[in-house]
Amino acid sequence: MGVGITVEHLNAFYGKTQALFDINIIVAANHATALIGPSGCGKSTFIRCLNRMHETIPEASVEGKVHIGDLSVYNGTSATQLRRRVGMVFQKPNPFPTMSIYDNVAAGLKLNGFRNRKQLDEVVHKSLHSSALWDEVKDSLHKKSGASLSGGQQQRLCIARALAVQPEVLLMDEPCSALDPISTGKIEELIFQLKEQYTIVIVTHNMQQAARVAEFTGFFLLGKMIEFDKTEKIFTNPSDKRTEDYVTGRFG
Amino acid sequence: MMRTRFQQQMEELREKLLRMGGLAELAVDRATQAYTERDLTRCQLVLENESLINAAEREIDELAFDILATQQPAATDLRFILAVTKINADLERVGDQAVNIAERVMDLIELPAVDLPVDIARMATAVSAMVRRALESFVEGKAELAQAVLEMDHVVDRMRDEAFIVLVRKMNEEPQVTQQALDALLVARNLERVADHATNISEDVIFWVLGADVRHHAQAASAAPRPERREQ
Repeated sequence: MGVGITVEHLNAFYGKTQALFDINIIVAANHATALIGPSGCGKSTFIRCLNRMHETIPEASVEGKVHIGDLSVYNGTSATQLRRRVGMVFQKPNPFPTMSIYDNVAAGLKLNGFRNRKQLDEVVHKSLHSSALWDEVKDSLHKKSGASLSGGQQQRLCIARALAVQPEVLLMDEPCSALDPISTGKIEELIFQLKEQYTIVIVTHNMQQAARVAEFTGFFLLGKMIEFDKTEKIFTNPSDKRTEDYVTGRFG
Repeated sequence: MMRTRFQQQMEELREKLLRMGGLAELAVDRATQAYTERDLTRCQLVLENESLINAAEREIDELAFDILATQQPAATDLRFILAVTKINADLERVGDQAVNIAERVMDLIELPAVDLPVDIARMATAVSAMVRRALESFVEGKAELAQAVLEMDHVVDRMRDEAFIVLVRKMNEEPQVTQQALDALLVARNLERVADHATNISEDVIFWVLGADVRHHAQAASAAPRPERREQ
């Protein structure tokens, strides 16, 4: 099951440049939450702070508190420990190109020392089912490499790989921006199905996508969270003029 | 491509509108029975029912608004939502007409009963049938059912015109029953308005199903033929 995420007074920096300013947000468990905003507004930086990806950039730093369920992200938790509970899917599908479809999905588990073949089979099967890819690849699990799949299939393979380690939270950083409308539709449908078991945070450039898939939406601008509310509210009657201007296409 | 959330919302919208339709239909039936039977209890039920209709109207508008804002419906889905919002407004007005009739009956009950040369019950039966069929055409997504309702409107218009003629004559001949005759005349007018709303609903169903605007006597046949939509 998914867990909630609590973010308190989060500030993020690239060297001396501040990218996020005092972000406070509570992400509901087992819901999809979308983050929207123009390029450079900090939404990707924010999502990368949730699984400590931000600090992998030289001179980048973070202040504030983030809790994933009862786990304190910046207080005594190792990045490896954290990332077992928080899966991530990126803009560009990044399967391991030389590995088979099966090995791509099993990679996370194998890395954690998981070797039982029968159990691995079960997890691979379940993860590919959950990512709505099973029917398309079941006959070529060991024959084909991850890189041989189409872009949309590769992205669903990456989702299966993320799900295989049974995370509680799934972070998606513009997961459809490199995909065609049909593949995008499949991923959006998948998000709807997956939130029964996972808490999903999705960063998207496409605000219509946010409207379609998320129950909650946050609007970022210049490193600040301008507004966070139910998606219907954001798209019908936002409280802040800047949100209104963005969702109506008046800027951004 | 499945869009589960969107499909669920559309189904919810459809169900809510059907419930609203049931409430409006019930209101008209109760109000006309209250008239023919001089029944105060039914009048009160109509008045109580109105708040339910008003609440249903708001809920439907809210949901339609959310779907439009978040799901970017297109083609038949877009026409369906536009039709639902318009049908919703018509059903609310049907409820209002029922309330008007009930209030008229409450006044009438205070007066002595008189024989009037007008068959309100027959007119009510025709009007109820129009509302029911208009809603059926929505449930089934069938333009031909809706088209049949449009044709019934002329019949109800004629009934209303006849009622006016005979009731005005009655008032001239027997001024002592003017109040009762005037009430009957107003009830006939309320019923004719309900029929107009049923007509509007049918026009909206045709718009949803065929994409044709048949308001103000434009012909459905002039629209390009489209496959009939049976499921929503």
